Amino acid sequence: MNWQFFLEVLAGGLLAGVMYALVALGFVLIYKASGVFNFAQGAMVFFAALTFVSLVERGMNFWIALLATLAVMIGLGIAIERAVLRPLVNQPPITLFMATIGLTFVLEGLSQLIWGSQPHGLELGIPDEPMQWLSESANINISQFDLFAALVAGILVAVLALFFQKTRIGRALRAVADDHQAALAVGIPLRQIWAIVWAVAGFVALVAGLMWGARNGVQYALTFIALKALPVLILGGFESVAGAIVGGLIIGASEKLAEVYLGPFVGGGLESWFPYVLALLFLLVRPEGLFGEKHIDRV
Amino acid sequence: MLYREAGQFKATYVEDQQIFPIRQDRIAFAILLAVAFLVVPLVGNQYWLSAILTPFLVASLATIGLNILTGYAGQLSLGTAAFMAVGAFMAYNFELRMPWMPILGSFALAGLCAAAVGMVFGLPSLRIKGFYLAVATLACQFFVLWALQRIGWFTNYSTSGVITAQKIVILGYAVVTPASKYLLTLSVVAVMALLAKNLMRSQTGRAFMAVRDMDVAAEVIGIRMMRTKLLAFAISSFYCGVAGALYAFCYLGTVEPEAFNLDISFRILFMVIVGGVGSILGSFLGAGFITLLPIFLNLVSGWIRHTFGVELDHAMLSNLELIIFGGLIIFFLIVEPLGLARLWQIGKEKLRLWPFPH
Repeated sequence: MNWQFFLEVLAGGLLAGVMYALVALGFVLIYKASGVFNFAQGAMVFFAALTFVSLVERGMNFWIALLATLAVMIGLGIAIERAVLRPLVNQPPITLFMATIGLTFVLEGLSQLIWGSQPHGLELGIPDEPMQWLSESANINISQFDLFAALVAGILVAVLALFFQKTRIGRALRAVADDHQAALAVGIPLRQIWAIVWAVAGFVALVAGLMWGARNGVQYALTFIALKALPVLILGGFESVAGAIVGGLIIGASEKLAEVYLGPFVGGGLESWFPYVLALLFLLVRPEGLFGEKHIDRV
Repeated sequence: MLYREAGQFKATYVEDQQIFPIRQDRIAFAILLAVAFLVVPLVGNQYWLSAILTPFLVASLATIGLNILTGYAGQLSLGTAAFMAVGAFMAYNFELRMPWMPILGSFALAGLCAAAVGMVFGLPSLRIKGFYLAVATLACQFFVLWALQRIGWFTNYSTSGVITAQKIVILGYAVVTPASKYLLTLSVVAVMALLAKNLMRSQTGRAFMAVRDMDVAAEVIGIRMMRTKLLAFAISSFYCGVAGALYAFCYLGTVEPEAFNLDISFRILFMVIVGGVGSILGSFLGAGFITLLPIFLNLVSGWIRHTFGVELDHAMLSNLELIIFGGLIIFFLIVEPLGLARLWQIGKEKLRLWPFPH
């Protein structure tokens, strides 16, 4: 076995995992605060990326477009809370889950209705090519863009951690995540908090959308990355930000390694199901994921 | 005035256990069956029979299957289409490799294969619950489609991965016309719906519901968890498998594995939710609603074009359709989270007092 090649695949997988984790973060945020499994996260990523790219293509300045898209995503978050979640308070989780699937359809239709359905390219100014010095000195090809994505993910997690730990709103968010009713009882405005969480999830979706858009182009297929994030979620645990990151790394690395070393024996195309089966086997040992909250059953 | 229980006494246990305890219900249902079996094949044109009614019936059967698992036994599954795919491809293989086998036998065996697959992927349900389980069933969805595409045996080594369902022959009578295919589908669905209805009223069904409502409590009162959960997965997958076989043989004709993608799974789940979780009648109502909705939207858009002269281009139309579809789902969940079956129940209670509500 060629260790350089192995390292290259491993690093590529880990960095791809970071990209998955970016999407998974959005799921975790909403699940933590409202117990809703938001299937529409993928559609939100698509919506954000498409809005941003269309604004830039219409001649808007990069940063202004970023701010405008952020404003749109925050507005979207508030609108979702108002129109979908508020009327569905106290419904069983499966109903809320179905509502977010309906939301997925609405968002997919809406974004393509407004901006058209042709694919766009997205340039962030970071070339997606192997770094010179690394490939010359160690003969390992690692894309500069992947490292940039990892850096962005790191900053994002740090910012979120600061936001959750140090600010007043962040503390309120954690209180709501622990117990809705107790949070209400001490005077935390639940509706505002939910709107904020969805807005923050919109922000995370924007970041993920930029990264994925720059990597694969902004197109309809972007909505399917939600499916990539699901095994990351169950592996890491639905309630844990750290779980999303670690789960993403594990899924990314094992998926790439399996494709390269196992793929030739079974005819390739493992990527579509391998993460799921891996996560499934893992769940058999730890039913609540790596960092999920332990579930205690009471009669 | 017309629809009431007053005066209808039950003197025996058999009468007490009827599916339709009210005489008017029985009459109405008999008329419905007569219309479905006798009138519809005669008056229905080819488009209605083969493009609307047959897929509606197939979807109802799959919805009953998922409803048994999700509505009655409380295990959320997103792998319905995979079980349907197993049914479709195994029925094809049974017909191909054992040509002497009667077609209904192939369907039943295909259903059993789907049940076996369902039990394998139902094993995790013993350890994991809720959304973790839902995501885990996605493993089944992706793995089964991948296997059907990669392993040549399933598609008889066809290069395109597409299979063509064999001609259906029952007792020497070739089922080729849309009307006969519709009748075959209807018969299978009617029998299996009756079985499902009775099964859910039996000890097994009650055990399912106990597991759904609280599995720890169910275990405490002596319901064997492993047996019950796996049985739920097996029965549900059996129904989905037969539905898949019917989908391939009576509706599509030529099938590729991609025809059973995640979209179909979601669609069936929508039918369960819109129709009513834990209701056989709701399965039919939900399937009818979701099948007819796109057709209705098409009609409306055609009507708009006709009256206002606005030419909507195709991409815009399909996007609008997506938005309206999603919006209606959300609207439905907000207005009536218990589904169409609940609306039906409310309607019946109103009818009892009609026309003197006070």
